[in-house]
Amino acid sequence: MELFKSNSRIEFMGIRKFWYMLSAVMFLLSIGAIWTKGLNLGIDFTGGVTVEAAFKGEARLEAIRKGLEASGFKDVQVQNFGSSRDVAIRLPPLEGKSSEQVRSQVEGVLKNVDASVVLQRVDVVGPQVGKELRSSAIVSLLSTLVLIFIYVLVRFHAWQLSFGAIIAAIHDPVIVLGFFALTGVVFDLSVVAAVLAVIGYSLNDTVVVFDRIRERFEANKRLEPAAVLNLSVNQTLSRTIMTSLTTFIVVVTLLIFGGPVLQGFAIALVVGIMVGTYSSIYIASAVALDAGLTAESLFPTRQKLAIDDLP
Amino acid sequence: MLEFARWKYILVTLVLLLAALFALPNIFGEDAALQVARRDRANFVISEQKSVEDLLKDRGLSFSGSYIDEGRLMLRFSAVSEQLKARDAVNENLSKEYVTALSFASRSPAWLRKLGLHPMPLGLDLRGGLYLLYQVDIDGALGQLLEVYEQDLRKALSQANINFTDIVPFADGATRPNGLRVLLPVGTNIDLVRLAMRKVLPDLVYVDSSDASGSVIQIVLSPAQIKERQDYAIQQNLTTLRNRVNELGVSEPVVQRQGLDRIAVQLPGVQNSAEVKDILGKVATLEFRLVDVQNSITDAVQRGRAPLGSKLYKTRDEQPVLLKRDIIVTGDQLVDALTVATDQGPGVSVKLDAAGGDEMLRTTRANLKRPMAVVFIEQRREEIEIAGERIQRDIKEEKVINQATIQGVFSTNFQITGLDPNEARELALLLRAGALAAPIFVIEERAVGPALGKENIRKGVGALVMGMAVLFIFMLAYYRTFGLVANIVLIANVVLLAALLTVFRAALSLPGIAGMVLTVGMAVDANVLIFERIREELRNGVTPQTAIAKGFEKAFSAIADSNITTLIAGVVLWALGTGAIRGFAVVLSLGILTSMFTSLMGSRALLTLMYGGTRRPQQLSI
Repeated sequence: MELFKSNSRIEFMGIRKFWYMLSAVMFLLSIGAIWTKGLNLGIDFTGGVTVEAAFKGEARLEAIRKGLEASGFKDVQVQNFGSSRDVAIRLPPLEGKSSEQVRSQVEGVLKNVDASVVLQRVDVVGPQVGKELRSSAIVSLLSTLVLIFIYVLVRFHAWQLSFGAIIAAIHDPVIVLGFFALTGVVFDLSVVAAVLAVIGYSLNDTVVVFDRIRERFEANKRLEPAAVLNLSVNQTLSRTIMTSLTTFIVVVTLLIFGGPVLQGFAIALVVGIMVGTYSSIYIASAVALDAGLTAESLFPTRQKLAIDDLP
Repeated sequence: MLEFARWKYILVTLVLLLAALFALPNIFGEDAALQVARRDRANFVISEQKSVEDLLKDRGLSFSGSYIDEGRLMLRFSAVSEQLKARDAVNENLSKEYVTALSFASRSPAWLRKLGLHPMPLGLDLRGGLYLLYQVDIDGALGQLLEVYEQDLRKALSQANINFTDIVPFADGATRPNGLRVLLPVGTNIDLVRLAMRKVLPDLVYVDSSDASGSVIQIVLSPAQIKERQDYAIQQNLTTLRNRVNELGVSEPVVQRQGLDRIAVQLPGVQNSAEVKDILGKVATLEFRLVDVQNSITDAVQRGRAPLGSKLYKTRDEQPVLLKRDIIVTGDQLVDALTVATDQGPGVSVKLDAAGGDEMLRTTRANLKRPMAVVFIEQRREEIEIAGERIQRDIKEEKVINQATIQGVFSTNFQITGLDPNEARELALLLRAGALAAPIFVIEERAVGPALGKENIRKGVGALVMGMAVLFIFMLAYYRTFGLVANIVLIANVVLLAALLTVFRAALSLPGIAGMVLTVGMAVDANVLIFERIREELRNGVTPQTAIAKGFEKAFSAIADSNITTLIAGVVLWALGTGAIRGFAVVLSLGILTSMFTSLMGSRALLTLMYGGTRRPQQLSI
């Protein structure tokens, strides 16, 4: 079975302006969403309290919310978590209350609603810790990008390819973040982990395509750069789609079966893999082409020799 | 041609067999267990095992297994209720010699245990338990040091027969006290005082001044001394927290320093966070003081201050008591404390170290038939709101828990009474574990119930199995026989990954399982790269054998390259991440390495076996 004809000749480079436009729209939309709406940061980053509770019957969210507000909690978020019997409660950072007081107060409110409630998980993060986790998340995102930039600069022998890879490496996580900002899915530590994995993963495809570009240029230096790039993307297309598909399959099962705790993580990967595959096919190579990639940029000395040999 | 060196076959087989062996303990699951260890930390012997087993049998408690592991007795139970009853039975009857801890024991057969093979540890999100991150109040550590210095000075000056007005802490260019002021009456010989002070505190800077109301000698801690004290406080707190955690009877606890001034505590299986936090965070100690019988309590209460050399305390019933300022012995000088039943109700039997014993001997000999008091001191931190601003305030509570007449001379061993059973137990625990050198408070707390932990495992493993199943079908349909090879290799990859995680004892967390799922999807990538190359070579018209050989050859650089970027992300996550996220990073990074091994070596071995050597297939099922 083959999903793609071995000799597919899809014109990727010719219509690259269209894909640029699409990417630009998605990118700006993401930046705009992050800017205006912001990410729905979890308590990992804001500090605060998360309580997960399991009820015997259906959880009465409104009663819980009212109860919590009556005991003086502000900005309470109460929602179902996985099933109608489970609830997740999020409270902002503690104001003048010890974590134990909050815990017992929340437990009291829940017991009032239904005495058979069981607290499954209680997370309390101090505001200071939240601030630190936030900065360490930003540091890890930036340092991953920097390390990957360095790798990409050393790895490819033409700056045009490095440039294309870097554009893709920035493009992908920004769109994932934009998705989180737009949808308001809770952004916590595990999502950061997923975003980092996305950065690494999306480059993986790009590297394979770029390797093929190098190989094609080496085989035939006379070909037009656009034609070489088109050929390379076409030749690796089957592989790019296949690996994305296999990873996509497991990530989707994770989303469906992994439970609510891993939901944000799985969503980030689902979105990230789609965007990463797209950018590997449509963006990275096209950017390299527009940056002026030719056979000469990859094999400068040999090219020069060939010219010198001319009479 | 398609060949694979014999030593490579042997290597692959050996690695995978070893991996299977190491990964094996993970499939048996766990039982609730009770860990019994000797108080003196000596190893358990068979006869002791027998006596504990007999005790349980007498009580009609059934256990499903019993063995000695790493010098401790492990008793396995099929039900948690039996486990709890067994703990109570052992604690009631054998608490003098043994300490117990609720634990988990693998159901793996004895021969695996004898080989030292255990299942991989599970993170708190999978096992259930309590994670606490403590901030050590290193400024508070200074306050405690100054108190010790104050006591030392009082003692030294009294012994040198120097009359002083008072000794008070003060802050020199700081918000919190960092020095002491010794106030002296007019006409005191300053040099003499200094000499006496230097005898006990030689390393401090002395500054003195005089005016009409008297003289003052100041001592201030240098920055180096402050730093040293802070380091000491954290080290001491680590030790104390470890001791307290051990006293709590939690198995496989983790207590480690995090950053400059933090301590992370992981307590698997712990449910009651209120009780645990109360005990772990308690800054409590004891002081033994003589009761001031010369001065009148009513006078002191009326005047609102105690006479010189004495201090006003309250008992637990809020009755005022006047005690001497000189401390006979403090809690630091205790070497052991056990709860005992006495004629006056529950009590704590205490053992002092040699210096404390000497002091106690001297005091009791000189003060026969006079009353002595035990003061229980507890420090708490409270957050209060004043005019919209949150302020943290340290509260020090000092209560006289017991007063008794010294009936006879004693030194290192004696008993404290006047407590209720719970207090006696807690006091004994705190005394045994030692005092905290600085107050600590919780800044992060994560508690996961056991049911949720089980649920997380079920969901995570479910997703892994489902993902693999769908992937298997997909690969079979797409690559046929080669898909089968990829699937076999994928299983080998999961086994190898599980083995590595088991060997490294990296705690598996829910993100870790997610990492495994992700790795499974990505591991196929290497095989896809190879297979696509082989297809390409076949299209170019080379023979099947050459196509396979070339496919591996040409795909290698792409496989290595494409994995490096993911590895970079994994390493950064590992370096900067904490807790569960680190688990994900470890699994992701290891998974990349194992997938490279299994796809490059494993698939190659299998395919060469199937198509290599003298077999010359005309067609490949790819």
